[in-house]
This record gives sequence, structure tokens and C-alpha cells, in this order.
Amino acid sequence: MAHAISSPTSISGAGSAPSDLVIPARELAPWLAFGALFAMSVLVLISSAQGAITIPEGTAIHEWVHDGRHLLGFPCH
Amino acid sequence: MSTRTFLVQGLVAGLLAGIAAFVVAYTVGEPQVDRAIALEEAAGATAADHEHSDDPAAGHSHDDEDAVVTRATQSTLGLATGTLAIGVVLGGLTGLLAAVGLGRLGGLRPAASTALVALLGAVSFSVVPFLKYPATPPAVGSGETIDNRTALYFGFLAVSVLAVLAAVAVARAAVRLWSGVPGVVAGAATYAVIVVVAALAFPKVDELGDFPAGLLWDFRVASLLTLLALWAVIGAALTVLVDRTWRQHDAVRARRELAASL
Ligand SMILES: [Zn+2]
Repeated sequence: MAHAISSPTSISGAGSAPSDLVIPARELAPWLAFGALFAMSVLVLISSAQGAITIPEGTAIHEWVHDGRHLLGFPCH
Repeated sequence: MSTRTFLVQGLVAGLLAGIAAFVVAYTVGEPQVDRAIALEEAAGATAADHEHSDDPAAGHSHDDEDAVVTRATQSTLGLATGTLAIGVVLGGLTGLLAAVGLGRLGGLRPAASTALVALLGAVSFSVVPFLKYPATPPAVGSGETIDNRTALYFGFLAVSVLAVLAAVAVARAAVRLWSGVPGVVAGAATYAVIVVVAALAFPKVDELGDFPAGLLWDFRVASLLTLLALWAVIGAALTVLVDRTWRQHDAVRARRELAASL
């Protein structure tokens, strides 16, 4: 800390501006890409009917989360 | 304040939200689901050979004897699996989007920008899609149209989410051009126009038949309450966590500045 010699800041008290906190897009991109993919795969598993988009065979997952699908507003019956 | 912190806090908020949604869905929603299934089974019993019996892929078997998962499991562990999974996923995504919004939404501080992101998520992901394609109880809808209805629902959901992203971009540009209030108005108008046009363009789904209106209303209110509980807890918990992190971050920064000024 002693060598944080002279940062060109005004004397404290004003607080930081929100724009100082911006996280660069380059850093955000991989998180978003992975997050979106993961979210979509979970959505497909939870919401899939016994139609073409169900990946695993059978109806076990479909039946297991049946009530959640209805009450969370996803199409089911 | 890092992306990772936002993700972890979003997942925690989502877990809490999933628990809250389960409590609401179980207490308010399950009675309606049970009543609807009782109706469905009564209808199935009168129409001796229902389509279902020939084609097992066309519908569900809610009878306990031949069911893959019993009703007791569906309404407890099954329901909890659904609400927790959706809660964690939506909480995590909201956390990541709050990280994107950090410092980018006008002069909003971290707590306020996080709360705004959660509000936009609730509106675009749940409330508006519900208005176009409201939740339906068991016994409503035919097995032949389920693929089509699923595609329509997620198509409209995608339009709504993309529209809100476009609206935020428009609002930011308008804020730079003019100022805060016209910016917010321009953003809200962008979202409203896209979503209304899409709602008019997307086909209507009406497979209610003679399903009792009172039960339908009760079910839909329960479903909406479940979604609102989910989003309220995501928004509240994430805002509190982000605000706490920001205060710590700001205290450290203030101490560094003080040290530097000495
Ligand atoms: Zn169903």
C-alpha cells in the first residue's frame, strides 16, 4: 500500500462512479456463451414433451418434472 | 466485482427462488393440478377407449398402477426438481446479465442495475409469454399439437427476450442522444412494439374445450404466483448480495484512496 504513490484521484468522499465498475465485454463473453448454452439445455430437459426434441429415450424425465412444467407455464399436455 | 461473483450470487439467489417457487406451487398450485387430473380421469373413464390407450406417446398415464412416476412423487420431489432447476438456471443467467449491466445502465448503481435486470427478466421471460400463451392445467390440450404448441411458446419467448435486449440497446443510445427519461421511454416503446406485433403475428392456441372456467382461473393464478415468487426472490436476493459486495468493494477503494492521499 505504501507504494500506491500518487493515484490521480481527487480526495475521497465522492465515491466511485458506476461506470468505473464496467466489466469488459471480452471478459463477459465466454461466461455468457456457456451460461446460455447450459440454460437452454436445462430448459429443453424440463420442458420437453414426448416429442421430437426429447433427447433421452423414454418418458421418465418428462413424467418426473411434470407438475413443475405445468405450474411454471411450459406447454405439456 | 467480477463476473464469477455475479454468477455465484445468481446461483445462490436462484436456489432460494426455486425453494420459494416450490412452496407456492405446492400449496397454491397442486390442489388445482389434482382437480384437473381428476377431471381428466373422469372424462377418460366415460369415453371407454380414449385415444391414449392406442398410442402411448400421445398423452400421459396418470394412473398410479402403470405410471412411470407416481402422482405423489410428481407433486413433491418432481415439482421440487422442476422449480429448483429452473430457479438455479434463471438465477445464474440473471446474475451473468447483471454483470453485463454493471455500470452500463445509465447512472444506476450496482444494486439498482441488478434489480432492473431481474425485473426485465421477469417481464420478458415469464409475464409477457404468460399473457400470450398462458399456462394450461392437465387435461387441456391434445397430444397431437404438443410439438407445435411447444415451438410456438419458445418461439414467442425467444422474441420477447431478444426484444428486451434490443430495447435496452435503444434506451442506452437514446440516453446518450437526449437524456434519461426519453431514453427509458424509447426503450419501453421498443419492447412494447416488438412484442405486440409478435403477439398479433403468432397464432392463437385454444384447446380449452369445455374445461371448467373457475378451475382454469384458479390454476392460472397459481401458476402466475409461482412465477412471480420465483422472480421476486431472484431479484431481491441477488440485489441484496450484489449490494453487499459493492459496499465491501467501495470500502476497500475508499481506504486505498485515503492511504494514497496521506
Ligand atoms: Zn401434463
